[in-house]
Order: sequence, then C-alpha cells, then structure tokens
Amino acid sequence: MAEDIVKVEGLKAYYQMNYFGVSREVRAVDGITMTVRKGEVYGIAGESSSGKTSFIKVLAAAIRPPLRVVEGSVKFDFKNGPFEVATATPREIEAVRWKHLSYIMQGSMSVLNPVRRIGRTFHDFASRPMGLTGKAFEDRVIAHLARLKLPPEVLKAYPHELSGGMRQRVTIGLATVCHPEFIIADEPTTALDVVVQKEVLSLIRDIQKEMNAAVVFVTHDMSVHANVADRVGIIYAGRLVEEGPTRDMFFAPKHPYTAHLVASLPRIGDTKQRPALEGRPPNLADPPQGCRFHPRCPLAVDKCRQEAPPLEQVGPDHRTACWRWQDVKPLVGASAPSGVMA
Amino acid sequence: MTTLLDVRDVSKHFTMGGIFGRKTVNAVMDARFSLSAENPEIFTIIGESGSGKTTLARMILGLEDPSEGEILFRGKKVTRHAGRAEKLAFMSQVQPVFQNPFEAFNPLKKIERYLESTARRFLQTRDTAVIDRAMDEALQKVGLSLKEVRGRFPHEMSGGQLQRCAIARALIPNPPLLIADEPVSMVDASLRMSIVNLLKSLRDDLKVSVIYITHDLATAYYISNRLIIMQRGRIVEMGDARTVLDSPQHPYSKLLKASVLSTDDAGDGKLETDPGMVTAANGLVGQAGKLVARPDGREVRVYG
Repeated sequence: MAEDIVKVEGLKAYYQMNYFGVSREVRAVDGITMTVRKGEVYGIAGESSSGKTSFIKVLAAAIRPPLRVVEGSVKFDFKNGPFEVATATPREIEAVRWKHLSYIMQGSMSVLNPVRRIGRTFHDFASRPMGLTGKAFEDRVIAHLARLKLPPEVLKAYPHELSGGMRQRVTIGLATVCHPEFIIADEPTTALDVVVQKEVLSLIRDIQKEMNAAVVFVTHDMSVHANVADRVGIIYAGRLVEEGPTRDMFFAPKHPYTAHLVASLPRIGDTKQRPALEGRPPNLADPPQGCRFHPRCPLAVDKCRQEAPPLEQVGPDHRTACWRWQDVKPLVGASAPSGVMA
Repeated sequence: MTTLLDVRDVSKHFTMGGIFGRKTVNAVMDARFSLSAENPEIFTIIGESGSGKTTLARMILGLEDPSEGEILFRGKKVTRHAGRAEKLAFMSQVQPVFQNPFEAFNPLKKIERYLESTARRFLQTRDTAVIDRAMDEALQKVGLSLKEVRGRFPHEMSGGQLQRCAIARALIPNPPLLIADEPVSMVDASLRMSIVNLLKSLRDDLKVSVIYITHDLATAYYISNRLIIMQRGRIVEMGDARTVLDSPQHPYSKLLKASVLSTDDAGDGKLETDPGMVTAANGLVGQAGKLVARPDGREVRVYG
C-alpha cells in the first residue's frame, strides 16, 4: 500500500460571521477524517452546499475569513518536508503552492485573465515557483503544453480565442507545469460538452499517471467518478458519509445516500423511472440532530434521529457512517426501484 | 391536428468583424421541425457547444430574427419587431429557462424581485396576495417555497436552487411551451433527476411542451419523445429519441454516444475514445449533404 500524501484528522472548519450584531456559525466541514495516498485519484462527491468546496479550500491552504479551521489538522507529506495547513504561515504556503500543492480551477473562462495573453499568464503563475525565466522557462512551458496536445501558438493567444476545451487544457497546464505532487481538481469538466469532457478527463488521468501525482477530484457527477477515481468519498452536510474503492461504491454501496446517487444516474437504453431524492441538503448553520441524512433517509429509525453514526470500517478500504449499512442494497441493475428507495 | 410551433427551414448567419475582414458564421442552417399542440412532448436538441442549439432557441423565443426561413407559433410569425402587447402575449406562451442561473438573476436584487416582476406582468395585477400565491405555487412545483426564497440574494443560494427558482419563474404564466437551455448542466446530480422528472411531469400533468436543449445524452434518452442532433449548425440526425440513441447512424451521433461516461465499468478507468470516430465526425463538418428519411422514421444527413 502506498504512503499517504495527506492526512486529514478530525477537521472542523466553520464560517463565523457577524452581521449587524447577529453572529452565525456555518459548520461547513464538521469532523472529516481521511487520507489520500500518493499517486491515486481520490474522488469527492457531494451536492452543492454539502461543504465540499469549503473542505477543498482547507486542503488547498486557501483559508480566508470568515472560514476558519476550528479543530483538527491537515498534514501533507511533501518531498521538501511536512506541511501543516492549519498552522502554516503565508511564507510556508507560498513555498508549497504550485510546486507541491496545485489546483485546477472550475470555470476556465473566469480563471484566465482576459486581457493577458496565455504566455503572460503562464509567466505570472509559474516563473517564480519554477525559478526559471526567459528562454529556459518558455521551452519548459512549450514542452509541457505539447504533452497536453496544445500547440506553442497558444501562448500568444488571448483566452477568448480558444475553445472551451482548449481553455480547460490550458488551466490544467497551469496547474501541472511545476510538476506538483498533489493536485486538487474542482469540477474541471462541469459545463463542458460530452466529447470534450471525456478528452479532458483522460488528459488529467494521463498526466496524473505520468507525474505520479495524487489528485483529489471534486465533482457531483458520479459518472465522472466512475471513470476517473480510484477511491471515492461522499460528503454530506459537512461530513464524510462513505468512502471506498470506486467499484464497491458503485456496485455495493453501504450508505443510502450513495445508493441513491448511483441509482439516480440515467442511462442510455434504460427508461424506467429514476427516483429523485426528496428534500434538500440541510442548512449547515442549523444541522439536524443525529445522523444528518435521516430526514431524507428511507431507512431512518429512532436511533438515527438521536445519535450520529461513526465512520466505521465495513470492508477492505471501505468505511461508512450509517447505523443500518447492512440493510443498504445497491439499486443499480434492479428491475424495479426496490430496497431503500421503495 | 394543429401545430404549436413550426420551424420552417430556418437559418441564421452572424457577421463578424468590421469593414475589413468581414466574416460570416453560419450558426444555424436549414433547421426544420414542428411541435403539435395536442400532444405535448419533450423535444430535445442535442449538440456540442457551438453547434447552434442556443441560437435556435433564441430564434424560437423571438430574441433573434432568422436570416432565412420563418418560425410560426400557433400560426403567427415570431419576430423581434412585434408590438408591445403582441410581444407580451407571446411571452406568456413561450417561456425560457436559461443555462446559467447566476447570469439570469440580478445579483443586486433579491430573488423574489425577479419572480415578482414576472408575476405582476403576466397576471396583470398589483394585489400582493395574488402575486405571492402565484409565486409560491410556482416555487412549490420545483420543490421550493416562497418562505425559503423570500429575502435571499442569488449569491446566497447554490446553483441548483437558483436554477429551480429560474424554472419556477418561467412557470408563473402557465405557458404551453417552455424552452430550457441546458437547465441541468449547473445542477447537482441528486437534484438533476428531480428537475428532469419535473420536466417530465410538466409534460404529463400540465400538458406543457418542452424544448430541452442539452449535451447530456443520458437525460435526453430518459425524458424526450423526439430529438434532433446538431453539428455546427446543421441537423445531422432527427427522429424518435429511443430509435436514434439506441443505434445512432450519423458518425457524429455515434461519437456523442461513445463519449457518454458509463458507470457499468466503474473503477476500470476506461477513457479512450476511438480516434477514428473523431476524425470521421469532424471530417463531415462543413459539408452540406441532405437529410434523408429512413424506414424507421428518423432522418439522417447523408453526403455525396
């Protein structure tokens, strides 16, 4: 088993706000414990407002008020030494950013500066961390772009001159040009069409294999996880509710929420009614008692309403936080919606 | 049988550039289809970005005049130059749901303001109780309620919630035709099905026809009755949704189907697309060809 590149222990990160004398605390990340191994793709799934973006903000050491780490730790094990996010100084963060810890952003249109040529953007981003300037830097960038199947002319172009897929490849290029050990990809393919999406995903996968980097891949689209991730973790209402190898998560989920996520994917060649999960994700400023999924859970019993289930080991590499995980049945392939969603 | 919407050989060209180096872009070329008034259906337009599907939608909404051909809604020509009253009457019949809810809502105003102005305009009333009830009804249809929405700004909601508000707004005048431009591309997977199911129930229960624009073949297969597949402004395949997607005939349709991420082999990490398919599909861009009917009811563009 590979070593861990990052260890997250009991992480709690809250938004603490004080507007007009009313203070509000939003528990966006509420006790997440997980690890990411070297050279693996770890998929994080969860709805909007589940806290997944806050979680990766902490992972990326981009903690700005009102977000605050209240408890727990995020320890990276980089080649140049350990790095602890919660206590890092700005100088330490700068030392690891892009070189060791990198970030592929969502929405390639707004990430790239529209009035600067791509080449200038590359220079701004990467010249300092790489410690190269002038011709040497340009050669490295061109070699890297070639790996992403982008011609060197891209450096002379403005963002609006490129297609959506090319722009996304440019942002991947920016994130990977310094050969980081750990890459966070935040919904890199949302709003790309299917043909381009597949192309971009296989590119991320290839470059990850080539550099042997660890990737945390965040998206709410389970079909992307099915094809990209080695392991998948599901975040619900600020907590990790299930984590396991991709195959198990799809064919033998042990949490009703995962079972639902997998079952709700429509497929070509199958027109039977897909269940939509009723209700909404809980308000993180005032989460429900006990298991946070219980108001929407078809398996909920009294115990679920009172006590929050711990994340327990249920199989090799497979953890789930559900009191009734033994009763959860996979919904895929069933001839009629049965089991938990009946 | 009366037709609700009739799109007759519509084309749209955009001219780019100034006096020097003028360039014409053919966004839509010879699109034609019609929707019947009696049988509400979900009619899907599939295509990659830049295939002209949004331009086609804008023309149907009367936001853009076709360069050639015409669009008839209930026998009347859709035009950008209609009078005020005529336009309002048309707008209460055809309502849009746009791609990005963050752009649809004014970030400086509360969400209910947008809903309220729609309600006031189409219900022709100033009675706040009536307006509130109409807003609440529309929001209930999309799984929200006025209580939750009132007083919130667009940035306080997630993309999914906001998109549902946008659909609720479109539902206020009870239109017979809804034009939904990629309504689920910004929505969570778990809510996606509730929106797709919602479109389905709009069709089945409220008899609303929906023009559903998407690049997601799986949801298209799930809800649509008929569909067209567009490549760079041209319709390349058209027909019954199941027939077309079960065995696509045009190389571009085949490529689209092959690009759909499958969950059947979850964890195997298979992501390669056959490069031959991509070349075959791209090689046909710019060739005119013509749509030829097949015995199974679909039409496929053939070349040469």
